[in-house]
Amino acid sequence: MSEQDLRRAVLEELRRIAPELEVPDLKANEPLRQQVDLDSMDWLNFLVALHERLGVEIPEADYAKLGTLDAVVAYLAKKSPSRSPR
Amino acid sequence: MQPGETVPVGTVLARLLAPGEAPGAVSRKRISPAARKQAAELGVNLDRITGTGPEGSITVDDVERAAGAPGPAAAVPADRSAEMRRAIGAAMARSKREIPHYYLSETVPMRRALEWLQAGNARRPIAERILMAALQLKAVALACKAYPEMNGHYGPEGFRAGAGVHVGVAIALRQGGLIAPAILDVPGRSLGELMKALSDLVQRTRSGSLRASELTDATITVTNLGDQGVESVFGVIYPPQVALVGFGRIGERPCIEEGTLRAAPVVTVSLSADHRASDGHRGALFLAEISRLLQEPEKL
Repeated sequence: MSEQDLRRAVLEELRRIAPELEVPDLKANEPLRQQVDLDSMDWLNFLVALHERLGVEIPEADYAKLGTLDAVVAYLAKKSPSRSPR
Repeated sequence: MQPGETVPVGTVLARLLAPGEAPGAVSRKRISPAARKQAAELGVNLDRITGTGPEGSITVDDVERAAGAPGPAAAVPADRSAEMRRAIGAAMARSKREIPHYYLSETVPMRRALEWLQAGNARRPIAERILMAALQLKAVALACKAYPEMNGHYGPEGFRAGAGVHVGVAIALRQGGLIAPAILDVPGRSLGELMKALSDLVQRTRSGSLRASELTDATITVTNLGDQGVESVFGVIYPPQVALVGFGRIGERPCIEEGTLRAAPVVTVSLSADHRASDGHRGALFLAEISRLLQEPEKL
């Protein structure tokens, strides 16, 4: 999966949780949770959705590496299984 | 609305009509779920549609026709957020008018609960991970069993303790406003079950598919504004309840442990309680019990 595809998948799952999100306003290298106003439950649901969609394990200890949209995409790119998901 | 029926504070009880005005728009209409969804998406006011389906029910076709039609059936922006603001205002004004609040707070060490939760979550699949919110709900509910004067309703005959501990959870809506539906029988549920119930409740609150009873069953409310970064929150009691427990942000603060200054994770827990049902002395013991319970997370 290309980085482009990963980014699209991440944004789709974000919008499912935060339908009011204006993607063009999102700053990819600034704190994600604050920008999108994700509380702990939203955040967990977001990661569960990514896990189910992409087959990536996301241990709680790695949450600190997922601070921005860019960081989430990079993390997923590194951990994505090579086979195409779903 | 029938006499004796229990409804959430802020519910419309009656509408005043102008002389000669027909009460038609108030009667309950049959609306297909698909039509309701479509109406919400198109911003169509269902009160203004005459249904053409079976028994006068409103169908998707009716909604789409109304959305495109000029005149009185035209699309009206559904102003749900203004309505919600009014309902919250009505409930909170009543609370502040009628309930003599007192407020207490306590700083609770969270190291044990955090470490226990982290270790457990490291072993759990992601979909079964547990949030601190579930531990906090359970601790409040168990403390309610020891301090029943915090749990129940205050009515015309005074305070009546709740038969069960049904914890209302304040859930913020993304478009603004909040709702505090109840999780029933919290002491009887495992943390995993509570987490599922909480997740389900948040999802249904946001999609607008709560049952009316879920809005009136709560015997105490818990609010958690820690995710929003505040240190503490002192809430307004949701009538006819008599207490509200607030959790702030879990963060490291300087603490003295065994004579040594250290950084330790703590949370400020607050209690807003009704002086007609309890006193500060009991309230303080109640908060201390919540703190004690959170020091033994494995027993929650």
